[in-house]
Amino acid sequence: MAAVPLGFHRSEAREALRCQEQTWLPSHRPCCPHSRWRRPRPQARPRQQPTWRAEDACDGAKMAAVTMRLPAARAPLDSSALRGGEKHLVAPGDTITTDTGYMRGHGTYVEDDKLIASVAGVVERVNKLVCVRALKARYNGEIGDIVVGRITEVQQKRWKVETNSRLDSVLLLSSINLPGGELRRKSAEDELAMRDYLQEGDLISAEVQSIFSDGAVSLHTRSLKYGKLAQGVLVQVSPSLVKRQKTHFHDLPCGASVILGNNGFIWIYPTPEQKDDDAGGYTANLEPVPLSDREVISRLRNCIMALVTHKIMLFDTSILYCYEASLPHQIKDILKPEVTEEIVLEARQRLLDSEG
Amino acid sequence: MEGGQEGGQEGWMDGRRAGRRAGRMDGRQEGRKAGRKRALRRCGREAAGMASVVLSEAEKLYIVHGVQEDLRVDGRGCEDYRCAEVETDVVSNTSGSARVKLGETDILVGIKAEMGTPKLEKPDEGYLEFFVDCSSNSPELEGRGGEELGTDIANTLYRVFSCENSVDLKSLCINPKEHCWVLYVDVLLLECGGNIFDAISIAVKAALFNTRIPKVRVLEDEEGTKEIELSDDPYDCIRLSVDEVPCIVTLSKIGYRHVVDATLQEEACSLASLLISVTSKGAITSMRKVGKGSLDPESIFEMMETGQRVGKSLHIALQKILDEEENLGTSRPKTEIPS
Repeated sequence: MAAVPLGFHRSEAREALRCQEQTWLPSHRPCCPHSRWRRPRPQARPRQQPTWRAEDACDGAKMAAVTMRLPAARAPLDSSALRGGEKHLVAPGDTITTDTGYMRGHGTYVEDDKLIASVAGVVERVNKLVCVRALKARYNGEIGDIVVGRITEVQQKRWKVETNSRLDSVLLLSSINLPGGELRRKSAEDELAMRDYLQEGDLISAEVQSIFSDGAVSLHTRSLKYGKLAQGVLVQVSPSLVKRQKTHFHDLPCGASVILGNNGFIWIYPTPEQKDDDAGGYTANLEPVPLSDREVISRLRNCIMALVTHKIMLFDTSILYCYEASLPHQIKDILKPEVTEEIVLEARQRLLDSEG
Repeated sequence: MEGGQEGGQEGWMDGRRAGRRAGRMDGRQEGRKAGRKRALRRCGREAAGMASVVLSEAEKLYIVHGVQEDLRVDGRGCEDYRCAEVETDVVSNTSGSARVKLGETDILVGIKAEMGTPKLEKPDEGYLEFFVDCSSNSPELEGRGGEELGTDIANTLYRVFSCENSVDLKSLCINPKEHCWVLYVDVLLLECGGNIFDAISIAVKAALFNTRIPKVRVLEDEEGTKEIELSDDPYDCIRLSVDEVPCIVTLSKIGYRHVVDATLQEEACSLASLLISVTSKGAITSMRKVGKGSLDPESIFEMMETGQRVGKSLHIALQKILDEEENLGTSRPKTEIPS
């Protein structure tokens, strides 16, 4: 008998969305406030006669915030004090070595007895093998990685998951946990009910189980900490910016939690109050997230974008330092170039101080 | 197979045809099922004919609730624009050009002024022609998909500029009924990051501000043939006045409220949007509703008020940056696009 997932019914989410969209019932609709320079809670205001006169619309306090600027080349951060500065960075066409005793690996080619790089990246040498690992590349799966992916297809006994790699990753029906934590063989009814578990567009967190011969990655969610993701914000960055660590699930002290997927998908979500173990990874809270949590999540998202702009490695400490450096500024100002630079410089300084 | 073997001599063709038909139907049904699934997925992604992202239901719910509280995913309020970068005179072999980066959205506009004959119904005016190219954006916008979106945007621009005093077309006339300036406005959608109409209208206004049309003199011979002479001085040109050029403000309805400058994720949550073109004085020149959802007339009034307010600040900010760039003159470090 196929178990129906408890708690997180797709129809509930759709119902909640539909209630928001019923615009033809005026009694359901709160009126939107006019003063914008402060961020007040929406309050009901008496309905005014609509006016089209331009003079009424022009009021200093009510001006919408539109900032425009001339483009300016971003000054590169001073990279001399970086730890690990002994990395050998190359650009396409750079000579790596003129020694002919090396075997050429990925990202290199031989011309005129010289080993030349064909991609922009870091030179890696293992005994006699020299290869160049590209900085901007698709995600290459390795067993044990944590990834955050989006379901693109529902096939016969598996799901296809998009993980920013060359091929869509595969999540087999036999590799998922059933809701409720049941442990049994998946039957034909489970196969027919696959869409009740995971549908196209759903986000999941999973671990890489194995790699197929063509490079496609096979995922599994056989632990209670993996599963379908609920409300939150997804940020897509380059996979090479996510640092490999012992754990990728962080509960930040600022009030939100973050999953740093090795494939570059970062999921920021409000910290759940209680750890529910018997849910099997399928229950989700569909209630509105409180405003304080939202502010933390938006600030974290902007901080991550700021770190990505300046190519700083992403791990829990760097994100936290950047968050603390951004507290004096307003959330939407973090993405302005001058504020970004200031915040990232401060975070970098703190990182260097904590190491050195 | 069985159908082919059944039946007598005279029916073997029908039998075989039936068997073949049965086999083919199954195969075709499978193909059709897969194709329908693919088509459904494509429909789900076609918001306004442009590339949009797929979101899970919980993510959409998060965005909708956030808009209710006036705090969007990137911390903006409902009426805030993303940081925009505007630059003019980027393409050297055009009469005027501009590049606008609004968050992820990147638009390049080039205007070429060429001599042409005026339209029959307006013999003493020049005119504008719009062409929009979306093919450099994503693979699904190459070919036919991009063409549809391109014609949609071009038709919107025609409508926005159909108002009589938006551009002073009489100044584009050289000889009534014979010669006039035609401004070919080419819009290139380099990257679509949500809210392309606003960015395109800002870029068009900036490019029109930057357009320099050479001054011409009409010489008449004894036989009556008219000759047009361009002045030798390359700096001797006429500039267009862009005070009345409207800008488009897109208001997307998400939940109960509407937002300005929606990102791709927010556009995926919004069922209906209103495109309003507003001049710098707050006058609305055209309005268009896009999306498959419906809009309550009261919310349309509210959106129009918001559009006017936001449009005015947009014009003020744009004019300030254009004047600033003009004053910098040649000392500004340019990021020129090679022609």
